[in-house]
Amino acid sequence: MYPLTLSRFTLTSCLGSGLEATRQALTGGRSGLTQWRVDDSGFQTCVGRVPALSDMRLPLAWADWDSRNNRLAYLALHQDDFAVCAARAAARYGAHRIGVLIGTTTSGIRETEDAFTRRDADGALPTDFRYRQGHTGFAVADFVRSVLGLKGPATVISTACSSSAKVFPAAARMIASGIIDAAVVGGVDTLCGTTLFGFRSLELLALTPCQPFDADRTGLSLGEAGAFALLERATGAASPDDVALLGAGESSDAYHMSTPHPEGLGARLAIESALASAGLSARDVDYVNLHGTGTRTNDPAEDKAVTGLLGTGVPCSSTKGATGHALGAAGAVELIISALAIQTGILPGGITTRRQDPALRCNFLRAPQSGRVRRVLSNSFGFGGTNCALLIGAAEL
Amino acid sequence: MNDLDRRSIWLRGIGVCGSHLNTWPAARAILRGEAALPAQAASIPLCSRLPAAERRRASKVVNLAMGAGFEAAAAAQLDVTILPTVFATSSADGENCHAICTALASEHPGDQLLSPTRFHNSVTNAAAGYWAIATGAMAPSTTLTTYDGSFSAALLEARAALSTGTRDILVTVFDAPYPEPLHRKRPIGSSLGVALALSADPGPSRLARLRVGVTDEAADRMALASLEAIRCSSPPARGLALLDRVARGQSGTIRLDYLDDLRLAVDIESA
Repeated sequence: MYPLTLSRFTLTSCLGSGLEATRQALTGGRSGLTQWRVDDSGFQTCVGRVPALSDMRLPLAWADWDSRNNRLAYLALHQDDFAVCAARAAARYGAHRIGVLIGTTTSGIRETEDAFTRRDADGALPTDFRYRQGHTGFAVADFVRSVLGLKGPATVISTACSSSAKVFPAAARMIASGIIDAAVVGGVDTLCGTTLFGFRSLELLALTPCQPFDADRTGLSLGEAGAFALLERATGAASPDDVALLGAGESSDAYHMSTPHPEGLGARLAIESALASAGLSARDVDYVNLHGTGTRTNDPAEDKAVTGLLGTGVPCSSTKGATGHALGAAGAVELIISALAIQTGILPGGITTRRQDPALRCNFLRAPQSGRVRRVLSNSFGFGGTNCALLIGAAEL
Repeated sequence: MNDLDRRSIWLRGIGVCGSHLNTWPAARAILRGEAALPAQAASIPLCSRLPAAERRRASKVVNLAMGAGFEAAAAAQLDVTILPTVFATSSADGENCHAICTALASEHPGDQLLSPTRFHNSVTNAAAGYWAIATGAMAPSTTLTTYDGSFSAALLEARAALSTGTRDILVTVFDAPYPEPLHRKRPIGSSLGVALALSADPGPSRLARLRVGVTDEAADRMALASLEAIRCSSPPARGLALLDRVARGQSGTIRLDYLDDLRLAVDIESA
């Protein structure tokens, strides 16, 4: 089933639109998190916003699909020639042989929240509210498939914060079983009231930029992001910059709806399964991009899983201090950040973390660091006890 | 275009849980014309397999998924503690979504405070989370949402998993009506969960051999108008065309709604 080539990828987040802006921010150790006043009640938090979305308009042909989530999808698809490469792949394989698998948790719920404030005297939603193009979870995959002119199978995976990590093994299964030849995979999630007020209700939101693995960490910072990759069978003609998906592992905690297994057993199972699917052992991993949300319970569970399997030497960091936690998009965001680490030879730092929690034993990098990076493990875990670990590597290996 | 997989997968158990169709034996009798479709909606049975704390928090759609899933797995004699799962739903927990949007829209400061349970129930994979807690299964599980094609998307994912090393898998598709005002924008007619227990190899008991692919041919309709109305009333009910053939012990190829321009083709060889 593996390896598969990531023949093109792109990322738009609070760090900027496209890979060049992202690279500059990561190597320069810049965070995109900003203070945000959510409402008039004094609710403030730090978020990773994509400011361009607020005034952006979709082209007329897509006007019915307007939502913050679809705007972000459109903006991200048009960076780094991604849409052009998808069109070339469609010409090569046939549009019906390319799947579209996107992870999201929010879809267009932000517009539904807005529509509820505009209910008429009878309680009805306004006529401009569009369920299918906006609210429903599938809307973003439906939209991406239409914009790219693809005709193959499509789905949204919505497993909370592992959503857009799980699109990678799902696409790999579809390619290996001959249903498709290539896939556009990715994740798109946007800031909305449900997640801001929801995480606040769980007392999991940090007031200042989140500090994953810090002794004084107080919670997570939300972000929004759109990330896409074109996944194809490896052709053999790899260039030094090519990055391949080497393996993936999925598991369930079977423990609690919103708290990870305290020993990180589910996470450990996912990482073991990713290594097995890639035919690799723990010592083959050069860097771990942690899920690292910065909450009191998530970080220790992940630390136990990672150090228990990989030891305490391998460099690790969470990039959520730079991007915020993009929830359903986080898996794809961090896979692409991991791919950039392989291409640039610079490990991104956990730049908002000041003092590592002495109870957490992994080799946590607080600043960007040069190093030889051939294989990266990227972790994503979510509510409902869903876990996904991805392994990528330099394709020429 | 009719791109059927050469490889077969085996349907070993079916589960049905809902307001109009409830349990596979009862649904089977209705599909075979041996019993009438109930005129009144029945209430959804609560799942006794959940621990007490989770049972209190589990919503209607979670109970739909649990009811259908446990019935199918038991019929197939599969061990739920190690069984991989695929869940699919177009709308997840619509009542919970309504409550959150109503609270967030309130003009009274303080009403926007959501309860932690309300928030964690808002994730589309809530049913998968409750299922894992009920069964103790740490196996891979995914949750798909594909509008009216959610049943087909789940069956296609199961086919892909079964041809890449997974031996057995449980597919559970569920949806329930929204309250107003969302109901008018997205009318889901009845509450239904449909589950299929599928295996890569024929087991000791089997209902049918399936070959699954995609096609651009039109979707099959139900012969009876009342059942056709049910089929069109919710995403899980789009699978009734498949259940109908199995209920009647018939073989042949059927087409299920999937995307606007793509259907799922399923070649059925009933046991």
